[in-house]
Amino acid sequence: MRISWSSIFDALLPLIATAAALAIGAVMLVLLGANPLVAYGALIEGAFGSFNAVADTIVKATPLLLVGIGICIAFRAGVINIGGEGQMILGGLSSIAMGLAFPNMPGIIMIPVALLVGFAAGGLWGGIPGYLKARFNVNEILSTIMLNVIAVQLMNLLLRGPLIQPNQKGAAAIPQTARLAVEYDLPRLIPTRLHLGALIAVILAVAVYFFLWRTTIGYRIRAVGLNASASRYAGIKVERYIVLSLMLSGAFSGLAGAIQVYGVNHFMITDGTAASFTGSAGFNGIVAALFGQLHPIGAIPASFLFGALLVGANKLQRVVQVPAALITALNGLVVVFVVSSEIWRRKNARKRAIRELEEKLANVAHKSHSEGGDQNAG
Amino acid sequence: MLADLFTGSVLIGLLASGIRLATPYLYAAIGETFGQRSGVLNLGVDGIMLMGAFSAFYVVFKTGDLVGGVLLAMLVGLLMGLAMAFISVTLNAEQGISGIGVYLFGLGMSDLLFQKLINNVQTVSGFPVAPIPFLSEIPVIGQIFFTHNVLVYGAYLLVPIAWFVLNKTTLGLKIKAVGENPEAADTLGVSVAKIRYLTVSMGGLLSGVAGASLSIALLNVFQFNLTNGLGFIAIALVYFGGWRPTWVLMGSLIFSFVNALQIWVQVVGIPIPSDIAVMTPYILTIVVLVISAQRVRPPSALSKTYERLE
Amino acid sequence: MKRFGKLVIFLVMVAMLSTACATATPAAPAESAGPFRVAVVTPSAINDLAFSQSIYDAMVKIQGEMGEANFQFVLSDGMFVVDDAAAAIRDYASQGYNLVIAHGSQYGAALQEIAPDFPNVSFAWGTAGDTFGIPNVFAYEAFSQEGGYVNGVLAAALNESGTIGVVGPVEVGDAKLYVDGFVAGVKATNPDITVNVNYIGSFGDVALASEAAQTHIGAGADVMTGSAQMVVGAVGVAKEKGVLWFGTQADQTSLAPEIVVACQIYDWAVVVRDIISLIQEGTLGGKAYAVSLQNEGLKMIYNPGFNLPADVKALGDAATKGIIDGTVTIGVGGK
Repeated sequence: MRISWSSIFDALLPLIATAAALAIGAVMLVLLGANPLVAYGALIEGAFGSFNAVADTIVKATPLLLVGIGICIAFRAGVINIGGEGQMILGGLSSIAMGLAFPNMPGIIMIPVALLVGFAAGGLWGGIPGYLKARFNVNEILSTIMLNVIAVQLMNLLLRGPLIQPNQKGAAAIPQTARLAVEYDLPRLIPTRLHLGALIAVILAVAVYFFLWRTTIGYRIRAVGLNASASRYAGIKVERYIVLSLMLSGAFSGLAGAIQVYGVNHFMITDGTAASFTGSAGFNGIVAALFGQLHPIGAIPASFLFGALLVGANKLQRVVQVPAALITALNGLVVVFVVSSEIWRRKNARKRAIRELEEKLANVAHKSHSEGGDQNAG
Repeated sequence: MLADLFTGSVLIGLLASGIRLATPYLYAAIGETFGQRSGVLNLGVDGIMLMGAFSAFYVVFKTGDLVGGVLLAMLVGLLMGLAMAFISVTLNAEQGISGIGVYLFGLGMSDLLFQKLINNVQTVSGFPVAPIPFLSEIPVIGQIFFTHNVLVYGAYLLVPIAWFVLNKTTLGLKIKAVGENPEAADTLGVSVAKIRYLTVSMGGLLSGVAGASLSIALLNVFQFNLTNGLGFIAIALVYFGGWRPTWVLMGSLIFSFVNALQIWVQVVGIPIPSDIAVMTPYILTIVVLVISAQRVRPPSALSKTYERLE
Repeated sequence: MKRFGKLVIFLVMVAMLSTACATATPAAPAESAGPFRVAVVTPSAINDLAFSQSIYDAMVKIQGEMGEANFQFVLSDGMFVVDDAAAAIRDYASQGYNLVIAHGSQYGAALQEIAPDFPNVSFAWGTAGDTFGIPNVFAYEAFSQEGGYVNGVLAAALNESGTIGVVGPVEVGDAKLYVDGFVAGVKATNPDITVNVNYIGSFGDVALASEAAQTHIGAGADVMTGSAQMVVGAVGVAKEKGVLWFGTQADQTSLAPEIVVACQIYDWAVVVRDIISLIQEGTLGGKAYAVSLQNEGLKMIYNPGFNLPADVKALGDAATKGIIDGTVTIGVGGK
């Protein structure tokens, strides 16, 4: 293994791009009358400043990573899953329904069952666009966007109906469920909010890596994504793998929703938007996956960094009291800058390839030259 | 109660409502159609719409100049479109993701500007209803189609124009060529970058108008996240329409009519939970697409970056 | 392996950054005997002309009364993600604010977990009536059905077409309370009037609220009302069509001075004032408040620019008085 300067540059590129975006943010902060140094000090403190802050960052990163590894699978099969928000909601709803329906089970049984239920529900919700695409050629971008809205309304319907907390009856009812039994809380690293879900997510990221690169099914999924018609020609049932990849992608988002419920919130409430439950992780997970080069292992640090940005930016808002809107705009800039900076990575990769090629050619030339010399001598 | 739903005046109101609701979707979706036909997926439409909506509102709020409002919305939309083109064409960035970045930027920036420049929720006098002479006097049809404001008419005029440009001009041919096979188009001397810059910035401009149609023609107000994800629905409608302006029109109309219908269903008191009523347009859009079983293929180079070999 | 190499470098960098920053962190401001410091967390923007604005206005009002030297407040708005709001609440509490206000019924569960960790900080949340039995939590709610009822009485008196339209967000909580109160007020005045209620399924979809208003007018409504921040879309339509409007949560007269008749406004200052004095006496929580017409936390604001007939206004005043002295029963939310 060789670490060259250019590969260090590659690894640092997202950080450099983030810094560039924050530099523009600094100008905006000055215009808003805030001291950018204080502001960014707060951002970093909020994300990494204490053990507790790092724990919060990891908690924020967990759903991003879970959604992100699902996105990796879908992208590798050549499909785009914009339905993470809806799939998270379905995962959350089904898992909490499970936990509320059977409140007296041992946690060690209920937690895995509920997480699996969330996983399955997300998979089903993700399977719908998969089936529609495979069977009716309905574009998955269209169907996932529509299914997100449908999921939100389903959540509203259930949370103010069958799943509502029993004492929330009458006109002023808050659309929220009861709290899950305390035995069902995912184990937590007290006193922080860091829960077992983070570890599950990391293990699953590694597992998905092996699944995609070390199993036949994974190989076929990637083959379909690389060249669908060639795969078909090679006897792979392309439609089946498209459905499977969208199902798996949805399942990981569903699991993210279930883990959000069992690890963080322990109840569900709606204000009529998806983001109030998901924190937009269904979208941000896509960003995290792409920052991680659509590689499940790469998604781990990418999610961590993106989670840090989200947690730190909220702290920034609190410390310098700028409108929260600035944070949203700033996140947008960071995303644009990081994704744009990829061009240098590609240029570097090309340069390296050319240099290696030249070295090889030089070697070959050298060899043939010396061989020629031998001949002369002979 | 069901009988109430189908009386003449009700039906007219419903159809007119659908025509009006479709306006912002049309501007945004037609603009996006051009971009996607040339191979660029711009997921930032909603953010550009918000910036356009705010710019137009700001001008009208300060000066009352409606045309000036639309022009500034166009300019801001154009600039954001150019930025998107620079990111996706020159820098060759992954398109889906940079679009999400542009969306977030527009979402935050429009609200930030709103808080700093206007601060409170205010209303303005937007484009008034301008009945078209003669046509608006035709019974029923006049009320449904010809009694709207200028920006509504503009959206529908855009459809034949877009159809003409895409199907009957050299430019349209070039756009489609670039979206289907950029290498071949390049070999034939068509500049892939130039065409994509053109379509994406025009898409931005139209998204700006889509925003303006909300803030100074239909709603006459600005608020945080005024579009509420409307731009994403517009993108879905582009897929629904199979990248053809006429079908995009159909999709926008179906979606809007069903939305108008679900409001009616609630208003006349048919006992359906409001949540189920609200989700019907979304379900129906999918169902219609399943039934119509379209076999339209997306542009081959859609969302794929193109780098010239040097 | 190259990829792993990169990752290692990446993680090392992140770790280095974090330690560097941990040392550079300025210490949190210490608690002092200076001004009374309040932190507010709200779900929507503070300029929404609705729920979040009502608490912001109260903060500004109290600051005006007590003076900037004695009362300071900070806020985090747009915290619709409950998880983010929880982090904000915890952070403010740890910085020694005297009072942390979690202005949203969705924050209750979070507060229930956070408040016991900061026994010296006082918390308040609403709209809800439950302090969870935690000694440092206040709760506040609004009997918004009261103003809804008064608005309904006035609307019924001004109605000529026999139809009234209501634009609601999601069918729950404060909005539903107001709408139900409004319907009760209309029906008590004139049971023959049809009240069409439409919940658009969103607190933010201004376009759909606007279209709902168009639909109500198409169905014959000549008077309308609605709740939550997206109703500005409906007010715009009402203004354009010359249909009368009744508001709630904040004074919406400025949006359409021609057609706004009356608004029920929330004045949380009534609650916050009392909470501040309790805290200064050493009581950190345990009390649940409700703003009502009686304690003037709810107020009926009549638009001075609207020519309201004296006999109609008398009806409204009578309803207000009746609710205050208990002679009027609304039949909604225990009132």
